[in-house]
Amino acid sequence: MTMLSRVANELYWIGRHFERAENTARLLDVTYRTSLLPYHLEEPGLAWAAPWAVPLIATGLATTYYQRHAALAAGQVLRFMIFDTANPSSIHSCLRAARESARSVRGSITSEMYEEINASWLEMRRYDHDHVERVGVQEFCDWVKMRSHLFRGVTFGTMLRGEAYHFLRLGTHLERADNTARILDTKYHLLLPSVHDVGGAVDYYQWQSLLTSVSGFEAYRKIYSDVITPRRVAELLILRRDMPRSLHACMSMIAETLHILCDDSHWELERLAGELHARLRFGRTEDIMRFGLHEYLVDFLGRISGLADEITRRFLAPA
Amino acid sequence: MPNPPYDEMQAPDGSVRPHYRPLADWLARTPPDRIAQKREEAERAFHRVGITFAVYGDSGGAERLIPFDLIPRIIPAAEWDVLERGLRQRVAALNAFLDDIYHGQRILDAGLVPRERVLGNAQFRREMTGMRVPGGIYAHVAGVDVVRAGEGEFYVLEDNLRVPSGVSYMLENRKMMMRLLPEVFALQSIRPVQHYPDLLLENLRAVSPDGGDAPTVAVLTPGPYNSAYFEHSFLAQQMGVELCEGQDLVVRDDTVYMRTTRGPQRVHVIYRRVDDDFLDPRAFRADSMLGVPGLFAAYRAGRVTLANAIGTGVADDKSIYPYVPQIIRFYLDEEPVLRNVPTWMTWRDDDRAHVLAHLHELVVKEVHGAGGYGMLIGPASTASEREDFAARIRAHPDGYIAQPTLALSTCPTFVAAGVAPRHIDLRPYVLSGGTVKLVPGGLTRVALREGSLVVNSSQGGGTKDTWVLE
Repeated sequence: MTMLSRVANELYWIGRHFERAENTARLLDVTYRTSLLPYHLEEPGLAWAAPWAVPLIATGLATTYYQRHAALAAGQVLRFMIFDTANPSSIHSCLRAARESARSVRGSITSEMYEEINASWLEMRRYDHDHVERVGVQEFCDWVKMRSHLFRGVTFGTMLRGEAYHFLRLGTHLERADNTARILDTKYHLLLPSVHDVGGAVDYYQWQSLLTSVSGFEAYRKIYSDVITPRRVAELLILRRDMPRSLHACMSMIAETLHILCDDSHWELERLAGELHARLRFGRTEDIMRFGLHEYLVDFLGRISGLADEITRRFLAPA
Repeated sequence: MPNPPYDEMQAPDGSVRPHYRPLADWLARTPPDRIAQKREEAERAFHRVGITFAVYGDSGGAERLIPFDLIPRIIPAAEWDVLERGLRQRVAALNAFLDDIYHGQRILDAGLVPRERVLGNAQFRREMTGMRVPGGIYAHVAGVDVVRAGEGEFYVLEDNLRVPSGVSYMLENRKMMMRLLPEVFALQSIRPVQHYPDLLLENLRAVSPDGGDAPTVAVLTPGPYNSAYFEHSFLAQQMGVELCEGQDLVVRDDTVYMRTTRGPQRVHVIYRRVDDDFLDPRAFRADSMLGVPGLFAAYRAGRVTLANAIGTGVADDKSIYPYVPQIIRFYLDEEPVLRNVPTWMTWRDDDRAHVLAHLHELVVKEVHGAGGYGMLIGPASTASEREDFAARIRAHPDGYIAQPTLALSTCPTFVAAGVAPRHIDLRPYVLSGGTVKLVPGGLTRVALREGSLVVNSSQGGGTKDTWVLE
């Protein structure tokens, strides 16, 4: 198995960009839901983040946003996260980048995949802010998720299980691991709850929105059939292997894929992935909670980004 | 134009020519709404598959479809035999010419082509002098533009020996026709063209420098923003070889490697779709971002074959074109099978005087122009355009040639008002490698505007499927 590094890189980024578009939509979706909940800005002594700051904090784009906008406003954040071409994580930017990549490697993907990516971009270009306002934010986010589902399905259903497939899936799962960690961490930024809110109605709805945004609410109900607690949410989204967006599930896929792609010369890369995988496979919820959920997620984001850098160095942009 | 042009389908007496009869009958008996539906289907399919070309100068980065016309251009077997013979002869002679001017220069010594036309030509690459290329082949892929003026009267308009494009449209047009109108293929025996990529790959492998068993071939593209990118990617995919950009290749010890996920991998033959100037910033334009530093040194060392070779442009230049019949006689000792359009060379005093006096009836072309840019079509020009060109010719007599306006043949074509005759040309592709090969057919381009003689896609031309009958 061998392919051009540039082609592997484009495939990897098709996977990442499509997944990122989906997760940006999920993040906006949860923010929108949360913003509908009542909360008490005027409560003294509490460091509330307004809901619309959350997508900016989670994606690390707050600075970029405030360079362009004076104040925080729902409409501005939506515009920034959906349409702004200066924001590399905006849905518009992601779908365009995926399509540009697909165009430059169309010989390495199936024609069905190209057509799906191309159609997503062409449809995206028909949306503008007014259109999104009209159809509703949730409707639009559902559309993005649906395009991503289609893309994944057509990839799964048509692509030869060769190196090209593996690099694409590597991108998908790295991005998803990163994004799930960020979405889970939003609770920390958004919801430093007042003492009497813990376990209260607002707290409950906030966890519920968060779970829903990663398609985890129904799974939570099935598995725990009980009240939502941070401990269980952490277990579900971090440690459970059977939850497809959990960090463990993503790392399993990444480790498996790297095992196929790596030979003896890539030992360090396999080691990094294996180590991170093992931490999730054998980790315990109580240790995570003791360490601090936020601290744990920050550490994880650092590790996954180090892994991505190593993949780039070894396969995608070798010296 | 005095006489109505030759129509491919209809004889002057109004009858349908025999080789078009089955198709004409089919057109007559097929309900118009079904045909309309097929045409829409074709357009949708071309869009969906993304067979588009980028338009230079369109800042929106627009990608357009080249309009596809459903009525094929049909060539009877006997006519194709003549065409094929003429094409093989012409490309063989041009390859011999290139080999000669980069080595012994016998033809210049013989005085048949003026020395300054060759050595003073911007397309002549001094760097190629004395260098041997595998098999003595320079133009591995040639796209020769042929037009018909009358019964059996084929003229070569232009020899494209640099990086001729359009062959993907020939292949996609055929695929589209077979998909949309399978029933018409049952009417007549139409010779297949779809094995073109196999022939191309076979020829490219045959010119590998080491003659190894399994030479690695790669296509080199300027990248996704090039107007012919679709074709580059299409051909690489069809041949099952890598599509490389300059950044994917690296030269070490005069050997070319691709950067792969498994480390460097040697490349033996590069089917390059990048112009000479941009191939290697060390040897040619230093500002080229598309090229591969050191590629020319590897080429000179005989470690990699470039197809087409560097410096082929001197043989397809419009200032060399008038000498091609002489070139054929000189190297092959044969009479040319295909005609050259009579050409006045404005660097000759007599010719220039004639051209300046007859601008209103001539086509004037810049010798280094291509793609239908920078030309004057006398009969369709305004007085001020003619004055402008006269001034340019006087200022740069070396820069122009002039030809009579040929009555290009027409072919029935779907237009807004129904079916009407439109002017066409034909670009067959001649492959030279171990042997000379060509598929029966080529790309037929059609000028969609009424009366227009310019078929280039950049100027609103369309394409048709081309059928060569058994």
